[in-house]
Amino acid sequence: MLTEPLFSIPASEGRETVTIIFDDQAVTAPAGISVAAALLVAGASDFRTSIVGHEPRAPYCMMGVCFECLVEIDGVPARQSCLVPVKDGMIVRRQQGAVSLPDSEIGDGR
Amino acid sequence: MSDRMIVIGGGLVGAAVAFGAAREGLGVCVLDQGDSAFRASRGNFGLVWVSSKGAEMPRYAAWSRDALKLWPDLQRELQELTGVDSGLRQVGGFWLGFSDKEMKARYELLSGISRAVDGIPFRMMEPSELRHYLPGLGPKVAGGSFCELDGDANPLMLLRALHSGLIEKGADIVSNVDVVQVRYDQSNGVFEAVAADGQRWQAERLVLAAGLGNARLAPQVGLQAPVKPSRGQVLITERLQPFLHYPMNKLRQTVEGSVQIGSSSEDVGFDDGTTPDVIEWQVKRAVAAFPALAKARLVRAWGALRPLAPDAYPIYEESESCPGAFVVTSHSGVTLAAAHCYVIGPWAAGLSQTPPDFADFSAERFRDPNKSFSHAH
Amino acid sequence: MNVETTDLAIIGAGPAGLAAACEARTLGLSVTVLDEQSAVGGQIYRNVVSAPRARSAILGPDYSAGAELVSAFASSGALHLDSAVVWNVATDGTIDYIREGRTRKLSGKYVLLASGAMERPFPIEGWTLPGVMGAGAAQILLKSAGALPREPVVLAGCGPLLYLLGWQYLRAGARIAALVDTTATSDYVRASRHLMGALRSWKELRKGLGLIAALRRSNIALYSGCSDLRAEGTCKVEALAFRQDGRSVRIPTSLLLVHQGVVPNTQLSWSVKAEHRWNKAQLCWEPVTDIWGRLGETALYVAGDSRSIVGAQASAVQGRLAALSIGNRLGVLPDITIRAAPYLESLKRYTAIRPFLDALYRPKDENRVPVSDKVVVCRCEEVTAGQIRRFVGLGCQGPNQTKAFGRCGMGPCQGRFCGLTVTETIARERQLEPADVGYYRIRPPIKPVLLGDFVE
Ligand SMILES: Cc1cc2nc3c(=O)[nH]c(=O)nc-3n(C[C@H](O)[C@H](O)[C@H](O)COP(=O)(O)OP(=O)(O)OC[C@H]3O[C@@H](n4cnc5c(N)ncnc54)[C@H](O)[C@@H]3O)c2cc1C
Ligand SMILES: Cc1cc2nc3c(=O)[nH]c(=O)nc-3n(C[C@H](O)[C@H](O)[C@H](O)COP(=O)(O)OP(=O)(O)OC[C@H]3O[C@@H](n4cnc5c(N)ncnc54)[C@H](O)[C@@H]3O)c2cc1C
Ligand code: FES
Repeated sequence: MLTEPLFSIPASEGRETVTIIFDDQAVTAPAGISVAAALLVAGASDFRTSIVGHEPRAPYCMMGVCFECLVEIDGVPARQSCLVPVKDGMIVRRQQGAVSLPDSEIGDGR
Repeated sequence: MSDRMIVIGGGLVGAAVAFGAAREGLGVCVLDQGDSAFRASRGNFGLVWVSSKGAEMPRYAAWSRDALKLWPDLQRELQELTGVDSGLRQVGGFWLGFSDKEMKARYELLSGISRAVDGIPFRMMEPSELRHYLPGLGPKVAGGSFCELDGDANPLMLLRALHSGLIEKGADIVSNVDVVQVRYDQSNGVFEAVAADGQRWQAERLVLAAGLGNARLAPQVGLQAPVKPSRGQVLITERLQPFLHYPMNKLRQTVEGSVQIGSSSEDVGFDDGTTPDVIEWQVKRAVAAFPALAKARLVRAWGALRPLAPDAYPIYEESESCPGAFVVTSHSGVTLAAAHCYVIGPWAAGLSQTPPDFADFSAERFRDPNKSFSHAH
Repeated sequence: MNVETTDLAIIGAGPAGLAAACEARTLGLSVTVLDEQSAVGGQIYRNVVSAPRARSAILGPDYSAGAELVSAFASSGALHLDSAVVWNVATDGTIDYIREGRTRKLSGKYVLLASGAMERPFPIEGWTLPGVMGAGAAQILLKSAGALPREPVVLAGCGPLLYLLGWQYLRAGARIAALVDTTATSDYVRASRHLMGALRSWKELRKGLGLIAALRRSNIALYSGCSDLRAEGTCKVEALAFRQDGRSVRIPTSLLLVHQGVVPNTQLSWSVKAEHRWNKAQLCWEPVTDIWGRLGETALYVAGDSRSIVGAQASAVQGRLAALSIGNRLGVLPDITIRAAPYLESLKRYTAIRPFLDALYRPKDENRVPVSDKVVVCRCEEVTAGQIRRFVGLGCQGPNQTKAFGRCGMGPCQGRFCGLTVTETIARERQLEPADVGYYRIRPPIKPVLLGDFVE
């Protein structure tokens, strides 16, 4: 779900854009910025829920040390979105609690 | 007033024995080193496991089997006393084989033990049957074995529960102590432990449960503990949603969700580091077992040192020359925790007889010059 | 696995790493620089080459100065491996890193660790709420994406970077609801003792004073000597509450940027079991090195902010000095003294201001060691200050034991964000110095690695 973004990029920055899909919503972002930056500018207020307390979390450091910005990118879970540049067509998903490995590969439990 | 019993070492073994004595009302003082000591108890794999144990020593196989039966009591008692859950899960456990040769060797090992000791059942399984319990098993797995007695626990929570339990029972735990000397005063039957900084403690009974530290301390009170470090490297992933519902001997998902991958056995002295080649090898095998793990992340690798006797079996012995002094050293301190608590604890406290056939565990066995040891633990 | 070799492998492409690479190349050494980011520049010169001119103008001359170093690097002949995440370093100079989805090895005759700094954690109530970020993080958004806060923002804490960001925001036309400064009058008194020394870095000093003067002129609400900071909100931050001069203040905001200085990123040096000392002035760990930055008798050197917080210019000089020493050891620079002398001189000049800054912007005790038991210390595993204190009560002597008892430090950030807080909390509780409490045993992988990256 996207809400009022905390950050915006002034129009004067005018640059080539790419489109990524965030939880099934299309998001446009300037080429070359990080996925975390793109999501913040698009209005993603939380990126994941914490593993123990299931509380909403969002990027804190933007430089790869806090691991608050973890999202699933193109099927790979727990990527640090502040370190990954956006690419056109990227599919990004929020993470709810602990990472779940793809069902198709692990069957459905017992 | 001096304590009745000093326990040197606050790892899983020392804490379990101490708790076993303290719960009987004995005044116990546990002496332990600081934050960064060698501590197998903090770096182990967490299995509560009997299969494949004791191929050359049936007494040990039976001892492990009986320890598993006592575990639920320990879990319950600690939970009630301290509120800390040691995470015991006795749902049965698997071993995985990657070739027919491995499968055959496994069958021979387990059937040998089963013939020698009652009540350690096992079943060999084809991959198709294994997948019923372990969906997501990769195509490289050739088969496996299952033992319904096997399981796992959370060794860190067990350690915390034992320490909390000791405090509840009025025991003293003194940390940051490096015991350099233990001695026995024959005239009054009092033991004294002396720390590097000169502090001293006295008691009527002494338990050496200092893991690798036992090698140096035991001879000072007429005992022997020729233990050497055997390094195990263990890997752990980030937390994942539950998908492995049974522990395996080299792979298990903890209650917190992280997957542990273990453990190598290396003879590298007192080096508890990690090496990229072992990490890589262990990862490859884990991904071969469960290909979905390719998408999980390794967050930490560590090395920990097992205090291992030459034949990898425990040493439990009371000193003849200094009665009241005991040495307690064992690989598999998680598996055996409840036995250390409920059997060794009262024995070392002088409240019960020597358990049957305990001569098998005496260090006497290493004194035979014609015997050589290989450890297949 | 096939192992590439190089004379000098450098981890980190910030000022320290880039300058070291340039210097080493002038000596004819082969150099490979690895950085997990997709472009060189490190934290301060992030994106400096591709940032549009208007953005560079906002960021100011210190930022643009990086362009020169970056272009010198580009033409130096050093090999740059971008998006390369180093996960293991050995004292003999072997590096394991992940790039393009698989693990690789590089063997350096020498290795320079130049992994820089990170913002000091700011463990107060509510700091895990979305909308609370580091001021440095917001500056990264500005440098790398040109992104500015949409609504009036609250800046809180202390330290040059906080004022710099405020100044940059003003220039960019972003609105600042308030600057909540934790610096108190007593800090100015303490710092004044170091003023004479600081005058040797008068350029730096003047720059800093200029920033603060500009903020004062700007009519934004400035609060100083603030305490009891607390971020309020349920699903995201709604306000900053604090106390000033005995009264409670609450400022509503959707974006709270906190900062109280930067600390060395010491994961790499800890991971090789190098000796570290507690820096009482900067309240952080730093690896013990010789004057060139070498770690004991190893093939490893450290330079820049990962050795000690010295700032960008001094970081670059440290990088050059390390390169000279390595050249000397490899026999290509028999006499190091002549080339090193001017660098050693400028290092003194650049670092002269540090004691003054450290004293003035010493982060408040209450913002390093949480007073309230409720404050989350370990963000990953959600362990609170109260829990840490309880484990100490159970007999835990240091961070490795509290970790074993409560998972504090076991999450994906691998202790980066709780380590200092845990050490200081235990030290306070046991009434010891942090140096006597120690730190986490940092182990590989330095950063989490996908298991699949080990499999062909
Ligand atoms: C990689 C690995 C995997 C393992 N996996 C399993 C498993 O799956 N299941 C299982 O059951 N077991 C397992 N083990 C074995 C198990 O961890 C050990 O058997 C058990 O932890 C031993 O406990 P301990 O208390 O004897 O030793 P330690 O945990 O090493 O404790 C010894 C204690 O004595 C203290 N000490 C030492 N010298 C002195 C001194 N001079 N003065 C004061 N104090 C001293 C130390 O500080 C330490 O706290 C594993 C071990 C390793 C290394
Ligand atoms: C968020 C932030 C903003 C700052 N802004 C300013 C500013 O505006 N002005 C100012 O004067 N100072 C600023 N500083 C301080 C400034 O960063 C330092 O003084 C200077 O950059 C130090 O240079 P360095 O080369 O030591 O490290 P850095 O410039 O920090 O470079 C370190 C590099 O190492 C890389 N790295 C780290 N670990 C690994 C690994 N395991 N594998 C691969 N690569 C790795 C990082 O990606 C980074 O690029 C800031 C600091 C921070 C943390
Ligand atoms: S925001 Fe901190 S790691 Fe990405």
